[in-house]
Amino acid sequence: MFQDGICDTADILNNVPPKKTIHTDNVDLSDKSLQVDISDALSEKDKVKFTVHTTTTLPEFQKPDNLVVRQHEEFVWLHDRFEENEEYAGYIIPPCPPRPDFDASREKLQKLGEGEGNMTREEFNKMKQELEAEYLATFKKTVAMHEMFLTRLAHHPVFRNDHNLRVFLEYDQDLCVRGKNKMEMFGGLVKSFSTTTDEYYLSATVKDVNDFFDQEMSFLQTYHHNLKEATARSDRQTAKHKDVADSYIKISTNLLQLATTDTGKLERFLTKIAEMFEKLRKVEGRVASDEDLKLSDTLRYYMRDTAAAKRLLFRRLKALHAYESANRALEKARAKNKDVHAAVEVAEAEQAQTEACEKFEQMSEKGKEELTDFKTRRVTAFRKNLIELTELEIKHAKAHAELLKKCLTVLREE
Amino acid sequence: MADIKESPPLFDTNETKVDDLDDDDEDIFASAVQDQNQLEDSSPYNGVSTIPTELPKLTLRDAPEENSFSSVSSPAPGPLSSPLGPMSTDIGDLHDVPINDNTDVLSSNVMQTQSPDVVSTDSSDVFLKITVTSPQKIGDGMGAYVAYKVETKTNMPIFRKRNFSVIRRFSDFLGLHDKLTDKYLRNGRIIPPAPEKSVIGTTKIKMSGDKNQEQNSSSTEFIEKRRAALERYLNRTAAHPVLSVDPDFREFLEADMELPKATNTSALSGKGVMRLFNKVGETVNKITYKMDETDKWFEEKTSQIDSLDVQLRALHSAVDTLTNQRRELATCTGATARSIAVLGHGEPGASLGRALAQLAETLEKVEVIRRAQSNSDLYQFGEMLRDYVALIGAIKDVFHERVKVFQNWQHAQMMLNKKREQKARLEQSGRIDKTSQAATEVIEWEAKVDRGQEEFDNISKMIKKEVERFELVRVEDFKKQLTEYLESMLQYQNQLIKYWESFLPEARAVA
Repeated sequence: MFQDGICDTADILNNVPPKKTIHTDNVDLSDKSLQVDISDALSEKDKVKFTVHTTTTLPEFQKPDNLVVRQHEEFVWLHDRFEENEEYAGYIIPPCPPRPDFDASREKLQKLGEGEGNMTREEFNKMKQELEAEYLATFKKTVAMHEMFLTRLAHHPVFRNDHNLRVFLEYDQDLCVRGKNKMEMFGGLVKSFSTTTDEYYLSATVKDVNDFFDQEMSFLQTYHHNLKEATARSDRQTAKHKDVADSYIKISTNLLQLATTDTGKLERFLTKIAEMFEKLRKVEGRVASDEDLKLSDTLRYYMRDTAAAKRLLFRRLKALHAYESANRALEKARAKNKDVHAAVEVAEAEQAQTEACEKFEQMSEKGKEELTDFKTRRVTAFRKNLIELTELEIKHAKAHAELLKKCLTVLREE
Repeated sequence: MADIKESPPLFDTNETKVDDLDDDDEDIFASAVQDQNQLEDSSPYNGVSTIPTELPKLTLRDAPEENSFSSVSSPAPGPLSSPLGPMSTDIGDLHDVPINDNTDVLSSNVMQTQSPDVVSTDSSDVFLKITVTSPQKIGDGMGAYVAYKVETKTNMPIFRKRNFSVIRRFSDFLGLHDKLTDKYLRNGRIIPPAPEKSVIGTTKIKMSGDKNQEQNSSSTEFIEKRRAALERYLNRTAAHPVLSVDPDFREFLEADMELPKATNTSALSGKGVMRLFNKVGETVNKITYKMDETDKWFEEKTSQIDSLDVQLRALHSAVDTLTNQRRELATCTGATARSIAVLGHGEPGASLGRALAQLAETLEKVEVIRRAQSNSDLYQFGEMLRDYVALIGAIKDVFHERVKVFQNWQHAQMMLNKKREQKARLEQSGRIDKTSQAATEVIEWEAKVDRGQEEFDNISKMIKKEVERFELVRVEDFKKQLTEYLESMLQYQNQLIKYWESFLPEARAVA
């Protein structure tokens, strides 16, 4: 049963082109010289294969139109290359797309299979349809997030020229990024652990000289926390809403059954109400999924983006730290070679200090730009999504009211 | 409907005969009370026989009230007929006929007139509307209980006033139900069931101190649920043409004093234990005894009622799930609203911050609506279904009562056969001294068989009538309740539209 269900859904997915509209609003699309989209996605047992489609007029690319198949791990690899690159330290790196995760859907499907005996055939089918729709929605969202990641890179004035990106888009074979094995997973864990301690250490020891960044840092810290909280709450809300919609199924079938037993004067009456509940269920379901799409997902995306911005600030702090050590080294060298005229050591230290200073200054400048840019981007996206959310809420509530009105008119005529 | 309307004459004749035989039937009074048609066409006998049987009881219990009650009960037919004065005066001077109310109900096998049970659900402009309000905790510790104010509004002349209220506690309601059951179940009446006792809920109330807010909220919810259930229970009883004028019911509504504590309602009292025994016995009886159904109507109804029971239970549990899911959704919405408010507070962009704060406010309003929806799910839909599940239980009780009557009759028949055989044997053996005794016994049992059969016929008739009424009420009730439910759902949606529409400009104002 369980296996069947999964295969069925996979089949559906293969025929449906993924939704592309999500989040594209975050990027300025006027520049058409490099365009990336995911034209197809295929769900296999435990992995998803994305077909990445590139059209470009840039001379660096070999073909103006190219297709490659990539997996999630390769996206992660690409993201990590950007994070590692010193040159990009002053930029907000677009957040890595989340790992395709269908466990929740699968678990639900399994639960449904176990509870099959407790419901009628019809109820079961409806529940299964709902789950499939949910699975499909999650799948589309995953695809959209991956696409979003690439789109942001492709439209970035600096990132678009990155060598690794080009490799990712053009190389027609596997990039040979295996999934992490246990040892590496452990290594990754240690690494992420050391990054967080680093972050703590840096924020505790290095005093920022610049008020702007200092404020940004504390703002982003709390903001990220708030977003995380709001996302979790909002997620719970939509999940519950879905449950409410699902509980209409049982009411509808039970009303129908009651109507068939109750062949008297209530038969038509109850049938009408049962039909209405079935329609209301769809409306409620839409409300749930639209709240998910417009509210939860916006919150979620900016939670990730905020994290990326935070990373930028820490990289800057690190550079500041390096600059300060260079300063100290220079002073030490000067003190040590007080009597020596034009000592090599001092010259070296001076140069190191100048470099560190330059790097830090450059980074600060770029960072400031990026953060301001981030803010405008965020406000625009929130605005757009809030408006859409509200419009959808109104639309659904109106549809809901309309259904009830119609039903009431019919019932009164009875 | 049609055949019911036609039925009175038939019963009249029947009843007249009955009355001649036996004039101490308390039910006759109660039933005759309301229907003016009945009084109009019925023979004087009928009128006479419908005299306030319960009067003595009332005087015993509540002397000061005597006058009022007697005056009320004498024009008994009045309430529904009102303009029909003469009839009531005729009866008036007869109301002191001494009739012992405590007559064994079992022995009073006479069936009452059925015509008064108007099957139609609304009897024009007569109304009896009861509200249960202001539950109040009285006392502390294990002795604590909740008292409710029972307010009645009516235009029935049988009541002394148009508006009145009394204070009653839960066990009083149960006591009322027991009294009504004792009196009417045997006749085949469907007695609206009182809300169930809940040990957990009661304990919660007893334990909850006034200071403890946390616990109070759950016990408040429990009390509100019970209050609503009690109100529905009383109104269902009030809607019944016979039960609504029952002296005990009226006393419950009117008598401005504490009712004698209904001890047997408590689960732990001696009577409670006896009841438990009886119940177990009855259940065994129900399982083991299968009567051969000769009446096709009953055969069909029994299976119909059974399947209705199953369906209603299933639907009730589905609505229950919805109620809970929706309540949780409301809580989740509230949580989201709060975290969005926090987010808006920390937002540096002034316009976005404002919009988020507004969104949080809107979501809070949505939470309130969802909570209200959940309450509608419960009180306008779920509780109605729960009531009907209980009512179906009452119907099953009455069906079972009929089986018991049938058993009695069959037993009498068996005994009669035995006695006859005995008599024949004695006659054969020529023992004249004993034949005469045997002959009396045979006559005795013949009478018992007749009575048994009559009782059985009567209860069967009454049940049909009652079930018919139940069906009519149910159809009406379902339609009314569900329509109301949908109407409030519509209102909630309209409110949602309003809230979101007022938020839209805020979202647009983000710059």
